[in-house]
Amino acid sequence: MGERKTLGPRIATWIPYAWLIIFFLAPFLIVFKISLSEPTLAVPPYAPVFESLADIWVKIGALSFANYTWLAEDALYIKAYGSSLWIAFVSTILAFLIGYPIAYGMARAPRGLRPILLMMVILPFWTSFLIRVYAWIGILKPEGLLNQFLFFVGVIDQPLTIINTNIAVYIGIVYSYLPFMVLPLYASLERMDETLLEAAADLGSTPLKTFWQVTFPLSLPGVFAGALLVFIPAVGEFVIPDLLGGSETLMIGRTLWNEFFFNRDWPVASAVAIVLLALLVVPIVIFQNAQARMRETR
Amino acid sequence: MQAITARLLAAAAISFLPLNAAAQDQVVNVFNWSDYIGEGVLDDFTAETGIKVVYDVYDTMEMMEAKLLAGSSGYDVIVPTDRNLQRLIKAEVLQKLDESKLPNLKHQWEEIRQELGAYDPDTQYSTNYMWGTTGIGYNVGKIEERMPGAPVDSWDLIFDPEIIAKFADCGVHLLDAPDDMIPAALHYLGLNPNSKDSDEIRQAGELLKSIRPHVQKFHSSEYINGLANGDICLAVGYSGDVLQARDRAAEAENNVTVEYSIPKEGAMIWLDSFAVPADAPHADNAHAFINFMLRPDIAARNSNYVYYANGSKASQPMLDEEVLTDPAIYPDDDIVAKLYTTSISPPRAQRTITRVWTEVKTGQ
Repeated sequence: MGERKTLGPRIATWIPYAWLIIFFLAPFLIVFKISLSEPTLAVPPYAPVFESLADIWVKIGALSFANYTWLAEDALYIKAYGSSLWIAFVSTILAFLIGYPIAYGMARAPRGLRPILLMMVILPFWTSFLIRVYAWIGILKPEGLLNQFLFFVGVIDQPLTIINTNIAVYIGIVYSYLPFMVLPLYASLERMDETLLEAAADLGSTPLKTFWQVTFPLSLPGVFAGALLVFIPAVGEFVIPDLLGGSETLMIGRTLWNEFFFNRDWPVASAVAIVLLALLVVPIVIFQNAQARMRETR
Repeated sequence: MQAITARLLAAAAISFLPLNAAAQDQVVNVFNWSDYIGEGVLDDFTAETGIKVVYDVYDTMEMMEAKLLAGSSGYDVIVPTDRNLQRLIKAEVLQKLDESKLPNLKHQWEEIRQELGAYDPDTQYSTNYMWGTTGIGYNVGKIEERMPGAPVDSWDLIFDPEIIAKFADCGVHLLDAPDDMIPAALHYLGLNPNSKDSDEIRQAGELLKSIRPHVQKFHSSEYINGLANGDICLAVGYSGDVLQARDRAAEAENNVTVEYSIPKEGAMIWLDSFAVPADAPHADNAHAFINFMLRPDIAARNSNYVYYANGSKASQPMLDEEVLTDPAIYPDDDIVAKLYTTSISPPRAQRTITRVWTEVKTGQ
């Protein structure tokens, strides 16, 4: 007690805070402030509610949450949030079902092969995200590669309509975010102590039982991390629904774009963004709690 | 430590302010649509005037407008489209042009100047660069195959549910732009295309909903590739974009022939015009640049390259034959007489338009 900390560690602890304050809290407060204002045709295109910090206390009682009530009253936004969460949720499940066997296979592969497999998961990042999404248009369109192949094999006689539907959006999201699922899963599976598996086998556990009772529980932190890394960006995804989705694909990222660029309604767009952020805090908190509980039980 | 921080901050400041750092040089910062200027024109401008051009492009008008409305854009010349121009004037983002510095204004096309007046009264803030129409792009072979003698020169092709239904299987795209599609629907119904009346806008919405089942997608640029590759066969689009699809299809030799038609009932004219932001750091250079672009030989070079009609009447003798005689680029006078303009909507009408448009698109 009373021991003076040296400068170095104190700076080190402050760096993450400073980072969060400058790049997260400050922009958040600016967006929040805009969300309380009224749209006008001027530069900037909103009327400020309060001019200074001192002003806040004077006007705090009169703050207008009209943009938020507008969001609540209009079914469009609720539907857009709902369908974004649903699409992100389904995509996360699909990415997990595909990603887990991949990560498992990688972690159980011969040690020398693992860096190569890891490289193959990361390799797609060397091509622009946008180009990879465009490539899916070529694959999924009516005269695209997929339909041509299925014709050739004789599975279909009518081209499948995949492009411009929600199915294409699922394919696009799962494809794009799969590495974010695989990498944390691989990290947690690879780190696993293999003697635990041997012990389970020695005690008479079948491989399947060992998987469910030992391997899978131990990989849960990777599952949660992967799920969050897929779910959170998928909720706000804009490019994939715009390029692969149909006109009825309603996602909040697109709605936000419309409000900001098309309606030039910066206040409502800001309110949409704030609500989206609030919605995303929920899964993060669940994740934190789950992690904390896991640490306790261990 | 402090010295390093100071140096880092200085470096950051410089990297964020490239425009200001270059202020001592003779430069003009131009913000234009992508792929929208003749080859070598910028070099010739620099060679003649000694003013270096910092050329920046956008591919959606919304992006440009958002940048301008955020303030301190640093641009000297921008090329907003009609309604965006009107909004920027209202938002006091632009400065009036100094006509004494624009002697080439005398070559401009009076009819087009008057059309532009719908958005910029007396054209005090702007002068036209290029203009075109919003009409119909189609795949000649696929349309003929499904409906011999289809009315490709009429809005019936789009707005008659029985006709458009014939093309649903080969792919129909409409612009994802209520400001273009709702006026077109209003015009087809015989109403004022610039109507701000809620009931009339809803009527236009009903018409659009009646053809909605036959529309594959609402998107404002995908149809260029779609038409060129033969993925879609019918689209409502901007003249220049459809002509680009036509040329791409011709170059690809993929047995796809794309044509553009301005419906005989009339269509909307769009006007991309030069303007100078109020806070332009080099307003004089901006005028020099605009004046150069208005020179008939330069205007002709631009049109011969981008295949759009320009706002300079005096440039027409210097245009390539295939540009001047193409009715998709330079329509006949009786069609020009039927082109209409619109205007920005007051907030309430804008909200109705947005609401109706969302209903149309999502089919609800």
